[in-house]
Amino acid sequence: MTTTAGRTRAGRAGIAERARETARDDRPGTAGTRGAFFLVMLSAAAAVFLYPFVWLVVASLKPRDRTFSDPFVPWPNPFAPENYANVWDAAPMLAWLFNTVFVGVAAALAVTVSSAFVAFGFAYFRFPGRGVLFGSVLATMMLPGAVTLVPTYLIWNTVGLTGTQVPLWAGNLFGSAFYIFLLRQFFLGIPRYVFEAARVDGASYLDLFRRIALPLGRPALIIAFIFELKASWFDLMKPLIYLQDPALFTLPRGLKAVVDQFYQGGDPKWEIVLAASVITTLPLVVIFFAGQRYFVQGIATTGQKG
Amino acid sequence: MARPLSGLARREARWAYVFLLPWLLGLVIFQAGPMVASLVLSLTDYDLISSPRFVGLGNYAEMLEDPTVATAIGNTAFYTVLHVPLALVVSLALALMLNRVTGRAAGFFRTAFYLPSMTPYVAVGVLFLFLLNGQAGLVNQFLGLFGVDGPQWTTDPAWVKPGVVLMSLWNLGSTTIILFAALRNVPRDLYEAAMIDGAGPWQRFRSVTLPMISSALFFVVIINTIAALQMFDQVYTMFFGNQTAQNSYGDAALFYVVYLFQQGFQFLHMGYASALAWLLFAIIAVITVVQVKVGNRLVYYEAEPPGGTR
Repeated sequence: MTTTAGRTRAGRAGIAERARETARDDRPGTAGTRGAFFLVMLSAAAAVFLYPFVWLVVASLKPRDRTFSDPFVPWPNPFAPENYANVWDAAPMLAWLFNTVFVGVAAALAVTVSSAFVAFGFAYFRFPGRGVLFGSVLATMMLPGAVTLVPTYLIWNTVGLTGTQVPLWAGNLFGSAFYIFLLRQFFLGIPRYVFEAARVDGASYLDLFRRIALPLGRPALIIAFIFELKASWFDLMKPLIYLQDPALFTLPRGLKAVVDQFYQGGDPKWEIVLAASVITTLPLVVIFFAGQRYFVQGIATTGQKG
Repeated sequence: MARPLSGLARREARWAYVFLLPWLLGLVIFQAGPMVASLVLSLTDYDLISSPRFVGLGNYAEMLEDPTVATAIGNTAFYTVLHVPLALVVSLALALMLNRVTGRAAGFFRTAFYLPSMTPYVAVGVLFLFLLNGQAGLVNQFLGLFGVDGPQWTTDPAWVKPGVVLMSLWNLGSTTIILFAALRNVPRDLYEAAMIDGAGPWQRFRSVTLPMISSALFFVVIINTIAALQMFDQVYTMFFGNQTAQNSYGDAALFYVVYLFQQGFQFLHMGYASALAWLLFAIIAVITVVQVKVGNRLVYYEAEPPGGTR
């Protein structure tokens, strides 16, 4: 099975290479009127996808009674930047931002290092039971998260860690199937003689992992890190289940609390809700632009997450 | 395995297990253990306070009679059946257009299409509460430009789920990137050969593009289906929580995982929630197996040339 997968991959790479060799600009329809037609269509689609962002940011900068007014005017009039001052008073956004960064970095770091460790084990060593064990990795990728929700809660409850942020990231210390798979593929691409040469020079297995696999695996490690950072930043379910104290909330959980408190009722404060939404989203957009290369590469090569 | 290992091989194997240790521990503690625990729990009544009481298949029998389970399954099925094909068609259209412009333009538009996928689902839910607002939301104001009187997306039970589907089509970034990457890997000479044979654009699409990207399409359908069946964050943000205790849309937005969450963590019916989880697991497993069976017949896997020469 491994060999077939390996050959398919080689075959795909071959196709990709040939496709790249072909000049991309001489395709029919790229230049001239048909090219222009597709540019117009793409621009229209892009406007549809991007305008909700514009609306969100603009509406968050308007006074409350103007939230829904002039929805197609892409600037706030009148301008109400004080919404952002008020949101800090209405909700501890800064603490939530800090919590999100802490939990996200802990989750991403834990899953990256542990998954790389395990992936190296699968990639480098030949040992009895390897096929079956790697099969178990692939099998858990198929396991829907909802199935283990209750027993996982009971575990954290038993060790007395519900109500803390620990359950939000500590499970990641044991690696995650998707990243183990990703990193193993990457480590398999490192020529074996690199490792063998180091072994001859007296390097231990831990050295091979630390000095060769980790540095050479950097692009894949970065992909794993930012995917998990994003996943953690998105997560609502775990904070809903494990956190009661608002001081410990992450941004999504906090934003949910803000919506619950301010969106409806006798005195809705839409501008607070909208500003809090922008604050929740903006850091991720910045992270995306900083790591865009890795996101695109990661999604295109592995097809999942993100 | 029965073959005795040499000294070196045994040493290597020992080290291999050292490296696998985190995974093996995690497998037992957070995957296999909970799976078994959840199966056992599903045969009990357990509220966290008093000790679990064995009820046999009582929870499963109760599920059959619980009208809310049927509602939740119906809602989730409605959403999945609309979301998966629509997401596929829209992303494929976007990817095909991306494939027809130069690299730089494609990069720009790909970013534009992916950006919504960087919005946390809670923020997506909040944003669409505003956009889909029946009186004054952007969507209905836009429809109004064409003289269409838009529905009450967030309060009319008949329109809540279509609204959720509409929202889901804003997050197509990953699907589009996967399909775009697949399109770029279609060898150019296949199109040339097809053109020489006199194939028109539609025939080239049917006979070259679709078979060549069929494995990517198949993959996208499977992961999007699994994700759709577990929809939670956006709908929970929009329709559940303190503020909507009194609502006008009844159970129209009660998706399966939302109900599972309520049973487990709001009503503390841990046994019943475990039974619900197992039913979901069974549903997902059956659907995935059927998809794989059907997919294997439809998907075109490229034959490997002998010796791998290319």
